[in-house]
Amino acid sequence: MKGMTLIVKKTTQLIGGMIFMYGIYVIVHGHLTPGGGFAGGVIIAGSMILVTLAYGGDFMKLIREEAGTTIVESLATLMVVFIATSGFFFGTRIFFNNFLPKGIVGHLISAGVLPLYNIFVGTEVAASIFIIFLSLIIYKEESSQ
Amino acid sequence: MELAISIITGLMILGALYAIHAKDLLSSVIACGIVGYSLVICFLLLGAPDLAIVQIVVDTITLIIMVAVVLDSSREELYSKQDLQGYISAFTGLVLVLVLLYFFTVSIQSLDLLGKGSLRMAEYYIEGASQKTGSANLVTGVVFDFRGYDTLGEAVVLVTAVLGVLTILRIKGKK
Repeated sequence: MKGMTLIVKKTTQLIGGMIFMYGIYVIVHGHLTPGGGFAGGVIIAGSMILVTLAYGGDFMKLIREEAGTTIVESLATLMVVFIATSGFFFGTRIFFNNFLPKGIVGHLISAGVLPLYNIFVGTEVAASIFIIFLSLIIYKEESSQ
Repeated sequence: MELAISIITGLMILGALYAIHAKDLLSSVIACGIVGYSLVICFLLLGAPDLAIVQIVVDTITLIIMVAVVLDSSREELYSKQDLQGYISAFTGLVLVLVLLYFFTVSIQSLDLLGKGSLRMAEYYIEGASQKTGSANLVTGVVFDFRGYDTLGEAVVLVTAVLGVLTILRIKGKK
């Protein structure tokens, strides 16, 4: 897949990292401000789609990227299930138990396991949307060959 | 505020109607964007910033992917013909609209105003939720603590969608 012009590439260099950092901010502050895993994950996927569209990429490189992203997505989903199951072994024996100390409401490190759920769900959503985009590009490249 | 929401809802209906009847697929996709972004303004007016953030980001990315797909396919409508089936569909639609309007006028008299009434379960969630879950954002507390199973289901739905896309979009396996 071919990249775009020099203007688009320079603009992407300037704002791509900032969009990525904003996605991480939305995910990490999900238990304090509006937003959370789903919104932040889609923002991160948007920044990666922006970079891929602006710079293009080799066919083989895209396929490698897709394989890595698939592994990340599966691991993140497994981690969500793992945290939910590990609540079973502490305190009241129920699924989705909030077993870590709650802390002070309003601090960054508080709310027990909720920030961990936010982080892993955000990773999973970002990887899922990026995989859908990559597989569309790879299908086009393959069918044009 | 109700006037603003009514105007935006009317705009959404117009956009959806145009998206169905447009001759060019690209303008149809952009008319779908009108529906999505108007929904964002509705969410903001009704006081739901969490939903508005998710909707605006997802709508932008969906629009990018749809435009990229439309630019690579045949955009123009290939054949259009008017026959008996179209008239039958229009008649059925009109009858359905009348029946639904009747039931709407009957049922609206026993409903509360928009956003006024709340369920017993919702009151339990709102009362002291930040003390129970430790989260300052009530939505995250509900989504990941009280309704953890729902969120797990949503995540699994996304994984299943990705599996479906990967299964359909491959050329090697088809040969």
